[in-house]
Amino acid sequence: MTQWSGYFGLILQGALVTIELTLMGSVLALIMAFLAGLGRLSRFFVLRALATAYIEFFRGTSIFVQLFWAYFVLPFAGISLTPLQAGVLALGLNVGAYAAEVVRGAIKSIGREQYEACTALNLGRWQAMRHIILPQALLVMLPTFGNNAIELLKATAVVSLISLADLTFQAQVVRSQTGNTLVPFSTILVIYFVLALLISWGVRSLERRMARGLDGVRV
Amino acid sequence: MSAPIIKIDGISKSFGTFKVLDGLSMQVMPGEKLALIGPSGSGKTTILRILMTLERIDSGHIQVDGEQLYHMERNGRLLTADERHLAKMRQKIGMVFQLFNLFPHKCVIDNVTLAPMLTKAMPRAAAEKRAMELLDMVGMVDKAKAMPAQLSGGQKQRVAIARALALSPKIMLFDEVTSALDPELVDEVLNVMRKLAAETDMTMLLVTHEMGFAHDFADRVLFFDRGRIVEEGKPDEIFRHPKQERTQGFLKKIIAAGHRV
Repeated sequence: MTQWSGYFGLILQGALVTIELTLMGSVLALIMAFLAGLGRLSRFFVLRALATAYIEFFRGTSIFVQLFWAYFVLPFAGISLTPLQAGVLALGLNVGAYAAEVVRGAIKSIGREQYEACTALNLGRWQAMRHIILPQALLVMLPTFGNNAIELLKATAVVSLISLADLTFQAQVVRSQTGNTLVPFSTILVIYFVLALLISWGVRSLERRMARGLDGVRV
Repeated sequence: MSAPIIKIDGISKSFGTFKVLDGLSMQVMPGEKLALIGPSGSGKTTILRILMTLERIDSGHIQVDGEQLYHMERNGRLLTADERHLAKMRQKIGMVFQLFNLFPHKCVIDNVTLAPMLTKAMPRAAAEKRAMELLDMVGMVDKAKAMPAQLSGGQKQRVAIARALALSPKIMLFDEVTSALDPELVDEVLNVMRKLAAETDMTMLLVTHEMGFAHDFADRVLFFDRGRIVEEGKPDEIFRHPKQERTQGFLKKIIAAGHRV
């Protein structure tokens, strides 16, 4: 009889690493999304070009290759990252590129009449963005941000390839030690699914809170 | 006799190949209440939008309150206005839109206090005190904490008027402010504007299809067609004894459509 309790302990440790990666990666992705999303809408050509280059590069190359660059190639440039740092960097930059387009699209979806009201009230460009456009655009972004966060969660599995002991890595360990594939991989399947459900649920409740009052029914 | 507060000198504006304004000139005196009427596409709304700097002109000059709107004088030369100059000029002008354009994520009082706090660095307490006075004037005090989505069209428009007034502009532009309202809500907005006209000496420009209101409210009526002023005069002259054929035709159509004159 295999000592399953010890192996479940391993998988739980892996789950913590996966959660940590997802949270830190999401924070970086969010920062990059707003930087690049606003950059693409900038009046200045240089900012637009930089943002576009970033978005196209990180959307257009594989997360797998990006991770290997961060972990194995950057050291040649004198930048050595821990597996966790490399994982957060690759995941954040990759998902941030997708989310940047979400930011841009949401901002563009706010009607011209809101911008015109801002002009008529003599708000500056940044004031209008900060107080009027972004708060409304955020609500448009949220559902897709939820998608992006779930994508990021699932993409964390690739970090097992640079020996970071996440869920997938630990499942491999258990598999090689017990020869059993069904149990560890069914377990992590369920855990990934539950984590994704938590993200969906969190984003939905955030959405409900932010939409309060906008439809004229709830206050 | 004092100087005009708005002096429009030969302005033209095209959207693509469509010439909305064609060498238009007009003047508005301080405190004057002006009604701009005419068929749609005649350029009357475009004039308001140009004065609010929502559209740029292709050629011509505009003076507001003694200063060039789209140009600035530097060392005796006339340059195209930069954003700072435009921001300075916008302080003189306020606008109310056909579709209210309230900020849906902010409650009524925040809609009114936002601009004074941001653009004039007014402290919150002072801004809210002023906002409550204005909301009182438009009869919306009890809805100060309501969200725009909870208001009727007429209520929204009254809040929008208070919001524009909060910046104390010298000139107010009203762009078809009752066109989007249900008929029974039109009067509550028009009453606020009557009150405003009676209690302040603000210059008011009004684009409207409410001919009855234009007749009572305006000191002068301008009839626009195809980017030009076809006829202007006292409300009685324009509405009772229009001289131009196009004015007569337009008024006939408007009356046939059931508008009050």
